[in-house]
Parts: sequence; C-alpha cells; structure tokens
Amino acid sequence: MDARNPMPATIEREAAPVTGSRVRPGRRVADRVLVVSSTLATALGIVVLGSILLMLIVEGVKGFSPALFTEPTPGPGSEGGGIANAILGSLILTSIGIVIATPIGVMAGTYLAEYGRNSKLADLIRFLNDILLSAPSILIGLFVYTLMVRTMGSYSGWAGGVALAIIATPVIVRTTEDMLRLVPGPLREAGAALGAPPSVVIKSITWRAASAGIVTGIILALARIAGETAPLLFTALNNNSWFSPNLMGGIPNLPVMIYQFALSPYPNWQQLAWAGALLITITILALSIVARFVIKSERAR
Amino acid sequence: MAALTEQIALTGAASGSPARKTPGGIGDQLFRLAAYASAILVLLFLAGILASIAYGGWPAFREFGFGFLTSSAWNIGQEQYGAFVAIMGTLASAALALVIGVPISLGIAVYLTQLCPGWARKPVAMTIELLASVPSIIYGMWGLFIFAPLFARFVQVPVSNVVEGLPIVGTLLYARVPSGVGVLTAGIILAIMIVPFVASITRDMLDQIPTVLRESAYGIGCTTWEVVRHVLVPQASVSIIGAIMLGLGRALGETMAVTFVIGNANRLSASIFDPGSTIASRIANEFNEADGMQLHALMALGCILFIVTFIVLIIARLLVRRVKVA
Repeated sequence: MDARNPMPATIEREAAPVTGSRVRPGRRVADRVLVVSSTLATALGIVVLGSILLMLIVEGVKGFSPALFTEPTPGPGSEGGGIANAILGSLILTSIGIVIATPIGVMAGTYLAEYGRNSKLADLIRFLNDILLSAPSILIGLFVYTLMVRTMGSYSGWAGGVALAIIATPVIVRTTEDMLRLVPGPLREAGAALGAPPSVVIKSITWRAASAGIVTGIILALARIAGETAPLLFTALNNNSWFSPNLMGGIPNLPVMIYQFALSPYPNWQQLAWAGALLITITILALSIVARFVIKSERAR
Repeated sequence: MAALTEQIALTGAASGSPARKTPGGIGDQLFRLAAYASAILVLLFLAGILASIAYGGWPAFREFGFGFLTSSAWNIGQEQYGAFVAIMGTLASAALALVIGVPISLGIAVYLTQLCPGWARKPVAMTIELLASVPSIIYGMWGLFIFAPLFARFVQVPVSNVVEGLPIVGTLLYARVPSGVGVLTAGIILAIMIVPFVASITRDMLDQIPTVLRESAYGIGCTTWEVVRHVLVPQASVSIIGAIMLGLGRALGETMAVTFVIGNANRLSASIFDPGSTIASRIANEFNEADGMQLHALMALGCILFIVTFIVLIIARLLVRRVKVA
C-alpha cells in the first residue's frame, strides 16, 4: 500500500525478460479479460437504462389520451378515466416540499459555507447532512407519520409535503455549500471593504455569484422528490377522486397511484399506471438533464 | 491568508478592534440567526427521525425483549412479532446486491477512466448517472414485469432442474415456485440501483489519482490490468470501500423496488430463489393497515433499520472523507 512506490516488485520482474512475443500470454490474457469485462459492464448499464425507457415508452404511450390529463382516476374495474387528480396532487406535494426545503436548505448551506466554516458545529452538521442525504426515505415517512399524521389525526397533503421537504433539504444544503465555497474570497472582501455588513455581502455578492449552482441544487432536489414513493405511503396516502382544497385526507399523487395501480388486477388501472410511470420518468430525466446544463453554463462562465 | 482576511471581514465584531462598529445592525443579526437556525434544523431532522421511531417501537421492544431480534414469528392474530425473517431478508438481498453490483461498478469506473475513447466519455458517463435518477418505483415495475418473467424462464427453471437433489446447492438454488420473484431478484434489482452511485464515486476517486503515477506505470510496460491492479486500486482502495459502503446503505433501506420483486413472504427459506421480505418492504406493505402492537413492531423494525443503516453510512462517510483530506 505504499503510495510512493507505484511499481511493486512483481511487475519489474515480469516486465524485464521479453523474448518472442512482446507481452507474456498470462499478462495479455489478464489485460484482455479486464478490457472486455469492463466494457461489458458499461454496456450492461446502458442496456438496462435503454430497456427501462423502451418498456415505459411501449407500455406508456398506449395509455396516453387527452382524458389522461382531464379526468380523475376511475374506480376499480371500470373503463376510461385519467390521472389528472394524481398529476395535480403530485405537483402540489412537490411544490410544498420544495417551497419548504429551499429556504431551509439555502440558509443552512450559507451557514456552513459563510458563518460556520470549519467550526466543530459546522463539521458535525456537514457530516450528518451527508448521512441524511442517503438515509432510507421510508424512515422519513415514519417520522412524519408520527410527527404530523398522528397529531393531526388524518393523512394530509401537508404531511406529504413535509416528508418530501425533509428529503430535499440535504440535497440543497450540500449543493449550496459546495457552490458558495467556489466563490473566491476577494469578492467578499471587496464587499466588506465597501462597508457592507456580512448579510449584505452574502445576499448581493456570494449568492449572486453562485446563483446558477444553487438553482441546480434545487432542480436536483426536485428531481429527487418527484419520484419518491415510500414516504408518501404513510403521509399523503392516495385517493381515487379529487381532493379537498385544504389538503386534508388522502391526496392522490403519481408515485403511490402507480404503486397501487401497477399491482392491481385491473387492466385499465395497469394501463394508467404505465402512462403515469412514463410521465414521471420523463419529467425526472428531463430535470436531471436540465440541471446538468445549468451547471455546465456556470462553469463555462 | 485569504481565510484569515475573510474571517475578519465576516466576523468583524468578534475579531476587529473595539473602536470599529459592526455595520448592519438588527437585520444582519436576524440573517445570521436564520442561517444558524436552518443549520440546527438539519440536526433536528435526524434527531427527530431517531426519536420518533424509537418512541414508536419502544412498546414492541419492551414486550418481546431481545427475543424480538431472534424470533421469526409474525402472527397478527396472536400478536406475536419477531424481526428475524425481515432482518435476514434485508441482509441477504443487500449482500447479493453488493456481490453482483460491486464488480459491475468497478468495471464501469475502469472503463470510463481508462478505456473509453474521449468523445464517448461524457455521453456514457451521463447515461450511467441518469440510471441514478430513475425513481425506485420504476425499477420495481421493470423488475416485476420485464425482468422477473425472463429470469424465471431462463435462470430459475433451468438452474432448478440442474441442481435438484444435489446437496447444499440443491437447497440454495432450488425454486419451489419459479415465478421470477424472490430474494435473488431483489438483490439483482438493488445491484442495478447501486451501480450508478458506486461507479460515479469510484470514477471520481480514480480521476483524482495523479496522472504521472499512471503514466510511469505504462512507461515501464505495464498492461492496463497491471496499472489498474497495482497502481490505481491500491491508491484508491479506502475510498472505493467507502463508496461500496454507501451503496450498501442504499441497498439496505431501499423500499419500493424491493417491495415489487421480493415476493413479501414471512418465511425463512434457505433458497435465494424463494420469496422473502426485507424490513423496508414489510413496513411499506403493512404499515397502513397496522394497529396496536403490530404498529409498534413495525416501528421497532424501522428502528433496527435506522441503526444498521446509519452505522454503515457513518463508516462510509468517514472512509470517503479521509481520502479527500489526504
């Protein structure tokens, strides 16, 4: 494991006597095996993504119709219907999630990058934030269930939104901090030299310089929570009709609708599940690609 | 030096001379307070998750004691609950996911850093990373409707026919009902789901290794295999293990994809082709209809999952971080 000596003795011994073929068969075989197997592994990844997209397009397009976007989900065993209520519900839940998570995430990221920096508390928060980033989302569902569904006595869109916000926050904290740290120190110093208080320096200099990166973080968080299913199972649940404007009771949403309909025995429901799956996957992949381009244009500047 | 001046600029009141008045005033203090409170809130999220799950699961731990971990009962009528089957299912599917997923991830990382022609690098890397953003419920549907039938037909049935009656292999690889769903299917789907994470972290780590090390190894006549085996892997080994642990953390807690393909049976089977259940899949399946002691037992399962995942994730982050500092 000596990092300074990258050529262990074995290589030197093997490489020295070269007679006939330039590379000894054993070495050539090992090399070929590595090349072929890593190429295959990459091809496998691409094939799986292709297969998933192909499946969604083949099955999902069949279910696309204008009614999909205008009618609510039908009852069991019936014909027709759409997923308009689930689409609207998902939009609302995701909006609540992102609206709660953005200020918390950006401010916490700002604390880590500007105020806390290398203090012990900032280090601890940074570390735990990274852990929260990959925490099982179902546990967050259980937490919000205890916190909100139990106390409010009913499933609600608010609980679903809060659960999604807790999932989105660490993503935003992480990207905000990373992006703010890329802002060069002299910019801040220039602001402070003009007599601006720290809050003004942060708001009108560092945030502005890092804005594209922070937006990327928010888009990534959006992509992350748009498809989350597990935490919504115990918080927003689902519902086969339109929901009340105060968002109490089960709120229909795409992921849970897909889960319930895909495993149901009714062909009509399964068809709607496929259409919903296509819709949600395209949305999320588009968001991820958009986020990538935002960050790219930032780097180029 | 820059850090020092920044600190003076930002915390003027604390380190500046007493004669200097802090600009800003109340608005500035409020902003600072808001940032601080938000950061503390992130801590509270984590503490809240632990506290609520521990609180919910406490009655089950008190009722069943240590036996909760070792009992394989899950009887709703008689109110007897044990976590053993779910724990074993979680560990088995996650272990299978690592066995299958880690070599593929390392292969992809090596391909992207060493073998891929320059023009293809970006699109290939992006394709692999897009795999990470596909929602887990879509993996579940793909696993159940596309992969499981193929798996049953081309793997489970032939393998079961071959190994039937053989010792050890005969029990380990025999499918009583070759339906395509089971612990191994869950492991394979989980493997596909962790590959993009492990591969992209490993790729970043391999990219960080100074080019001169690689060049000097090639310069003395090493083949690509030797460069990877003797130069790159020893350099990045700690962080690769960290990346694998991150993947493990993900595999342990993954819910929806597993719920689709594991079969959801509360039965301990020696065969990896048979249906089983994981902690997460059981919570997802039963929580909404659960009441009383069953609810507490499910919360207790969540508590076990929390503890196991968080230990794994803490180790992972420590390993990945240590290398970044060095």
